Amino acid sequence: MGKDKLKMLESPWKILGTVACAGFLASVSFLPAQPKPADSCVACHTDLDESLTRQMDGDIHLERGLGCVGCHGGDASQSDQELAMAATRGFAGRPKPAQTAAFCGKCHSDAGFMKKYNPALRIDQQAEYLTSVHGKLLGQGNQMVATCISCHGSHGIRSVSHPMSRVYPQKVAQTCGKCHADSGYMKSRLPTDQVAHYGKSVHAEALMKKNDLSAPTCNDCHGNHGASPPGVSSVANVCGTCHTRQAEMFRQSPHNASFQQLGQAECLVCHDNHEIAPPTDQMLSVEESGTCADCHSEGDKGYAAAQAMHRSITDLSGRLNEVEQLVTRAERAGMEVSRARIGLSEGHDALIGARVVVHRFSASHVKTETDRGMASARKTRQLGEQALNELQFRRKGLAASLLVIGLALVAVFFKIRQIERK
Amino acid sequence: MKTTSEFEHQTTAPPELSRIQAAQQWLRHRLGTAPVEEMAGHKTVPVHRHTIWYYLGGMTLFLFSIQVVTGILLLLYYRPSAEEAFESVQFIMTDVSFGWLVRSIHSWSANLMILTLFIHMFSVYFLKAYRPPREITWITGVLLLFIALGFGFSGYLLPWNKLAFFATRVGTEIPRVFPFVGDFIMRFLRGGDEVTGATLTRFFGFHVAILPALTTAILGVHLWLVQSHGMSRPRGTEHENDREMKFVPNFLLRDIMGWLVALGILAALAAIFPWELGEKADPFVPAPAGIRPEWFFLFSFETLKLLPAHIWFFEGEALGILGFTLGIGFWLLVPFLDRNAARGLPSRGFTVIGVVVVIYIVVMTAIGFWS
Amino acid sequence: MEPTIKKTTRRGFLDYVLGTSLGAVLVSVCYPVLSFLIPPRVAESADVSVVAGKVTDLAPNSGKIFKFGSRAALLVRTPGGEIRAFTARCTHLDCTVQYRSDLQGIWCACHNGHYDLQGRNVSGPPPRPLEQFKVNIRGDEVVVSRG
Repeated sequence: MGKDKLKMLESPWKILGTVACAGFLASVSFLPAQPKPADSCVACHTDLDESLTRQMDGDIHLERGLGCVGCHGGDASQSDQELAMAATRGFAGRPKPAQTAAFCGKCHSDAGFMKKYNPALRIDQQAEYLTSVHGKLLGQGNQMVATCISCHGSHGIRSVSHPMSRVYPQKVAQTCGKCHADSGYMKSRLPTDQVAHYGKSVHAEALMKKNDLSAPTCNDCHGNHGASPPGVSSVANVCGTCHTRQAEMFRQSPHNASFQQLGQAECLVCHDNHEIAPPTDQMLSVEESGTCADCHSEGDKGYAAAQAMHRSITDLSGRLNEVEQLVTRAERAGMEVSRARIGLSEGHDALIGARVVVHRFSASHVKTETDRGMASARKTRQLGEQALNELQFRRKGLAASLLVIGLALVAVFFKIRQIERK
Repeated sequence: MKTTSEFEHQTTAPPELSRIQAAQQWLRHRLGTAPVEEMAGHKTVPVHRHTIWYYLGGMTLFLFSIQVVTGILLLLYYRPSAEEAFESVQFIMTDVSFGWLVRSIHSWSANLMILTLFIHMFSVYFLKAYRPPREITWITGVLLLFIALGFGFSGYLLPWNKLAFFATRVGTEIPRVFPFVGDFIMRFLRGGDEVTGATLTRFFGFHVAILPALTTAILGVHLWLVQSHGMSRPRGTEHENDREMKFVPNFLLRDIMGWLVALGILAALAAIFPWELGEKADPFVPAPAGIRPEWFFLFSFETLKLLPAHIWFFEGEALGILGFTLGIGFWLLVPFLDRNAARGLPSRGFTVIGVVVVIYIVVMTAIGFWS
Repeated sequence: MEPTIKKTTRRGFLDYVLGTSLGAVLVSVCYPVLSFLIPPRVAESADVSVVAGKVTDLAPNSGKIFKFGSRAALLVRTPGGEIRAFTARCTHLDCTVQYRSDLQGIWCACHNGHYDLQGRNVSGPPPRPLEQFKVNIRGDEVVVSRG
């Protein structure tokens, strides 16, 4: 029996046939899978308005397998419009603003459902939203506030960490500004200059120009789903999430109680809320341009403290500059100054520390820091001067050796003359 | 038994040898240096209006000796690995006593040596000293030029700073233009496909072992030939009374004057313009602007940069390299090509070629500096 | 006789000056060379290996800043007793970090960045972990070197 089988395979036509069948099967297995049954939503709506379906390119819901039906309900297998968009088949249509949070929340607040797609995602956005100013106003009937889709979009939603998402850190201010910077839309209920001010701030520069995604934007201080401005006495807590030491110092300072009493919004009083400029030592000065002078006048304790703090810090800053110039001079002359540079960076660390301790608003505390900086500056100056002395030593050594060489040259010259005169 | 020393004080009384002279005598008998001293004593140097050029070979040799000495000293502290090279040079510059001096002199003297080498070569060329019987002297000399350029190229990388790293990367790309062997040459030089720590180790091996060994051999031949043929008298100086100067002591003392001046210049350069250390190389950072090779490679580098990408249907760079290769071939074979000089006749053509080459090198180097 | 004596004296003087000056040149070359040959007090570059401190000076759950080459570094003794060394430069904006025994971790005061005992950035702005260095104990000395 085996022999017969072998004989069959030996025939050239049979071999060819087997190979052809195998080849066909192999190629067919590489064909794309059976096309899905037509998605009638996409089919009809593409005809109606191509831009809508194109928007869905890259949409995260679509990528996870949730098509039109996943949010809007209905039956995508039906080509008849009435059947496809029948309420009986779950069609929910386009939600009104007041219904949007619930519409998205249907899935996004369902822990069991979300676990299937991304167990790490939070599911309290809808609840948070209801506590926000937007959510509250919406509850009172104001349809002009932001809902989920105002910020995230409706079609073409991307993951928050995707650079094309409208809520990617670098895009947030622009997205909020769509309403909050539009004075016509805000109908003078709120100022509309926040985005413009923020754009000039040191945080915006860090985020947009230096690509530091950890820098704060609107949602970092105001919250995203629970968006509302922080209360007057909690501003320092908000700023303090990153600027912990300053907040710590502030809470221990006399301004903590007095600002609360006056109803002053803590950090904002000196630093502004949106247009936070890089702080300067000049702010401590008691002249017109100084920030302290805005409230304090000559004779009061605050004035004296500001004056003293300003002096300590500008003294240290000036001294460090001087020493830096000395070290750079030595470096340019070719001396190696890496140890001096460490001393300088220690001095700068102390200066930064002093500027943080300013928020304690106590001249003695600031002086402790600046004294530390002065000690480093002193040590560094010594190293810098040593480097310059070494330079002098080398120059003197050079002069001496050139003298010796010169002497030898003269001697050889005369020796030549001597032996050639003969 | 009479010594050939120049400090002869007595000619009549029997030689009463001083202790130094007795010691010299003792060594002479054992080392058999009498014939060498004989040769040195008889060696003379022609005196004419071009005598000054005779000093350049010795100057180059002097500067080379300085390289050897300072190089050996640096070897005691330098570490040839990508992780430690930069730090070891920094250590030499800051913590080792007079390390700054040894290192700066080594770097400056390298450049000065190549300069004097070029001047020496061109003076020999223009004075046609390559004509028979000095053809091999010329060829060994040109080979020594390439060895010196090899020293310069390999040594430049050793501090492993940013400039050197990128200059090496660019420099080792150029051989790729050669058909068939180009990639192989590049891999051979780099010790791999990219410039890495392997390249550093390999260049170190070239710099302290292979090139010195080659130099010993070829320089030995070159110096032997110079001694055996004597100094060449250029055409056109025959009417200058055929004056000759004794090598020992007259020419040698003048040599020593030159060497003392060179020593002074090196000391001044090292103290006033110490050689920079730069920043440690980081292979993963993009190349900073203004990368260029050392000045003695600038002219060829600029030429390749200025050549158009395509000439007819040939790649511009390939044609450039071909041009250089042919040029080098011509230069090596000049003694055999210059028939007129061989016969003692004027050879204007070759002089013109030489002038063109000098102008080309000077102009391209200047362009390289100012672009 | 006199002219001969004069000649010899002048000649002798020049030879003397020549010999002495050339000798002086030789000395001014040899002195730096010999000085160079003597190893410096610190045998290795401070950028490659450094004695960061003494084991006995470092209590568990504490840290101290030390100089490593041209930069600041942090020596940490974990609550478990292990000694580790990291760069003290925060990966966010280059501030100098510190060890916080209350947090049992490394902290950057500038913007509240936190690193764990492995140097990994665990909270706040820092985008990358702290570079770690190799630690060896030599008797009572803690020797820190590049990995």
